[in-house]
Amino acid sequence: MIEREVTIRNRAGLHTRPAASIVKLAAKFQSEFFIEKDSFQINGKSIIGVMTLAAEQGSKLLVRFDGPDEEEAYRAMAELFDSGFGEPI
Amino acid sequence: MSKTAKQEIKLKGIPASPGIAIGPAYLFRKHEPTIQIRAIEVGEVGKEISRLQNAIARSKKELTKVFDFAEQKLGADQSKIFEAQLLLLEDAVLFEVVYKRLKEELKNVEFLIQDEMEKYHRLMTASNDQYARERADDLLDVENRILRNLEEQKLISKIDGSHIVVTRNLAAADALIFSRNEVMAYVTEIGGATSHMALLARALKIPAVVGVHQISLLAHADDLVIVDGYDGAIVLHPSPEVLKRYEKKKEDYRTFEETLAPLRELPAETLDGHCIKLAANVELEEELEFIKLQGADGIGLYRTESLLLGEEVFPTEEEQYEVYHRIAEAVYPKDVIIRTFDIGGDKFMAQTVKENNPFLGWRGVRVMLDKPQIFLDQLRAILRASKKKNIAVMLPMVTNLKEVQLTKQLIAQAKDDLRARRIAFDDKIKLGVMIEVPAAAIIADHLGREVNFLSIGTNDLIQYLLAVDRGNDIVSELFQEFHPAVIRFLRRIIERGKQKNSWVGMCGQMAGDPLATILLVGLGLDEFSVVPNAVPEIKKIIRSIHYTEAIRVAERVLMMQSEDEIKTYLKNLMKRKFPDIPIE
Repeated sequence: MIEREVTIRNRAGLHTRPAASIVKLAAKFQSEFFIEKDSFQINGKSIIGVMTLAAEQGSKLLVRFDGPDEEEAYRAMAELFDSGFGEPI
Repeated sequence: MSKTAKQEIKLKGIPASPGIAIGPAYLFRKHEPTIQIRAIEVGEVGKEISRLQNAIARSKKELTKVFDFAEQKLGADQSKIFEAQLLLLEDAVLFEVVYKRLKEELKNVEFLIQDEMEKYHRLMTASNDQYARERADDLLDVENRILRNLEEQKLISKIDGSHIVVTRNLAAADALIFSRNEVMAYVTEIGGATSHMALLARALKIPAVVGVHQISLLAHADDLVIVDGYDGAIVLHPSPEVLKRYEKKKEDYRTFEETLAPLRELPAETLDGHCIKLAANVELEEELEFIKLQGADGIGLYRTESLLLGEEVFPTEEEQYEVYHRIAEAVYPKDVIIRTFDIGGDKFMAQTVKENNPFLGWRGVRVMLDKPQIFLDQLRAILRASKKKNIAVMLPMVTNLKEVQLTKQLIAQAKDDLRARRIAFDDKIKLGVMIEVPAAAIIADHLGREVNFLSIGTNDLIQYLLAVDRGNDIVSELFQEFHPAVIRFLRRIIERGKQKNSWVGMCGQMAGDPLATILLVGLGLDEFSVVPNAVPEIKKIIRSIHYTEAIRVAERVLMMQSEDEIKTYLKNLMKRKFPDIPIE
């Protein structure tokens, strides 16, 4: 199990497009994936769940991976977050 | 409790589509506010999964269409909503949970979907973030869409062509669903005879009666019902004598209609050689074969709104071209007059404004001129289909000359577009306008010089003229086709509208009323466009009179001062000359 902190870097925050990117990426991996914000936990493979997070720029989230490919999954997700989901920072 | 025979109940409504139907009632109630929880058998699990998957697939298809349209025509802002909704529809986790619960709890999918989505909905509405709250609305929309698709499929499977649909009200989109399943007849509690549903019923030759108060309370599922679409009578649980009487009436009408068959190939010409164009009003492609059988002289009104029924987006230029092309081919060498979209502003998703008085508001050509991109799509599609030169364009709800001139500019632009794409079209395509607004009627001479033809839309014209909503049960009797003001108005429109290069026709319901035929011929109407049903009957009347005689009839009617006087005179005339035509 891997648990790490990530930051929302893009200006617009976690709106539809980034939410979709996260979910699409998570679907590629077998590992279970959860995101936690202020002790509120959602399943990271559910778009509804991710949309509910509604995190703005600067928020810190906890991402948790559990499964055979958890290392890979985390690395890929960290990169996605780091790049600000490919949006203006 | 012994089983007693149900009491026969006779009811009266407004006849909306002719024909007699005798059969079991199917009570249609739309939008059940509460989702029922239904326990299901283990063996039904597979079926429930399929139902849900189908509903999801249909919802996806609908949303993709809406999204594409929004993106192209309405801009990124509007389309974002649908993009989010599409994603919601693809939430694997949500549906995984639903399927799991289905197998464990053995309940119907409607309940499970609503239950699961409600959880998320609550979470989202409670969020501090505006974005999350907005997505809550999207989630609700998606939920409703899935539930609607589940319901529609259930509905379609229930109707198997042997029921009479009884309902409080029937929206056009519902009627279309039913029409694809061969319903025997429609009966509604509210609604007027010119409602869209009534038009559809007539087009599909399905008997219909509207405005039957209380029927949804009095009728029960599978009750035997008699529907008389000729005079608006309904009988619930008919006695054997009444049943026999109606079966005979049904047979009599059928025989009468058969006598009209030989008229098919003959022209609508009076005994003294005055020729009249007798065309048909068409809504659905299904009617095309039928018009040929009826011997119509082409299509005097093709209502393009039928392409929008049950759709959330406007069809593309290509999609429209396919339809217009098929219709033009089917009637060739006869003509088809295509009327541009005649819709209310409420069809536009972008509009959040609710008009207080839509009938006097943003509709008809006004809307199209405000949405030139959409108008151009339609104009280009029509032009493309006009290669064989048998298409004309007609504008609805024209009020002034400027609307015609602006349209002509757009047509010119559409032509330029097509030339640049090297697509052939009829450069001399004819343009006409509907005369429905009283102002247009009064400047019929100006309009007649600007266009190739005028077509009188009596349905709306009379409503505007007499200030009566035909769909309003309380005053619908005041809607009088034979009001002296209406007759004078028609006379004026016809006289002034006929210019060197323009003719005057009528596509409103009055054109198909046998009681009005002789009068309209005498007033000088050049063209009648009627429901396909009515073509043989109207043709028979035209072929049995002298034009000179019709002129005299018109002159007499123009001197009468009351609707009663006029109707009595015409009824007596018809009874004398055409005793076998049933006149109510």
